[in-house]
Amino acid sequence: MQISKICQLLSARIICGEELSTAQIERGYSSDLMSDVLTLDTDNLLLITGMCNLQTIRTSEMADIRFIVFVRNKKVNDDMLALAKENNLCILESPFTLFKASGILYQAGLKPVY
Amino acid sequence: MKLQFTIEGGNFSNAGHAASEIKKMLKQLGIEARCIRNIVIAMYEAEVNVVAHAFEGQILVDIETDKITTEIIDKGPGIPDIELAMQEGYSTASKKVREMGFGAGMGLPNIKKNTDEFYIESTVNSGTTLKMINYF
Repeated sequence: MQISKICQLLSARIICGEELSTAQIERGYSSDLMSDVLTLDTDNLLLITGMCNLQTIRTSEMADIRFIVFVRNKKVNDDMLALAKENNLCILESPFTLFKASGILYQAGLKPVY
Repeated sequence: MKLQFTIEGGNFSNAGHAASEIKKMLKQLGIEARCIRNIVIAMYEAEVNVVAHAFEGQILVDIETDKITTEIIDKGPGIPDIELAMQEGYSTASKKVREMGFGAGMGLPNIKKNTDEFYIESTVNSGTTLKMINYF
């Protein structure tokens, strides 16, 4: 699923990494628990989360996750943005809940990790 | 190549700094992406553990042609029962740590999973030392 389509489905806007808006994502993983995100071994993944802090960006950097959508209207701060840009991440912000965002993406064909 | 980093207990904004630096270096050395991911996830989990539980820590990294050895030595409360701490889901993390998205009791088991060799020693009221080796 293309990032631009994900934006459209989740009424999301791209905060950084706009050049990756044509990238195709295969799977999604919804979690506010970074401990669980760090146990994944999946490529080409979209992280859907309401955990909006610097460690979410760090976790993504370590786990080679390049695409994150922050739900529940959470806003990325300047430190997060700088780290995301440094690591060439593509960050989206959506006003929807984690449940709603995940449901919409699943229904539209984004695969689960397990 | 030997490198050294310091970790400040309680300072979450710096957690992951060492793992990030090592990731960049390993990329430059042309190490395979999946191997790098295993190494930096283990290192990051260990850094978060020191930040979450200890007063301060040191990371000693030795990169050789065929492997990377990392030692994380902290001064802190230590772990009274290592076997228990190695069980998934067991955690003594504070509310603050949990609010950061950690403290689910996955850290030590995940470090073990992501390393080829893993050793842990701990003395209560003194500190904990982890040694991790990954082969390229």
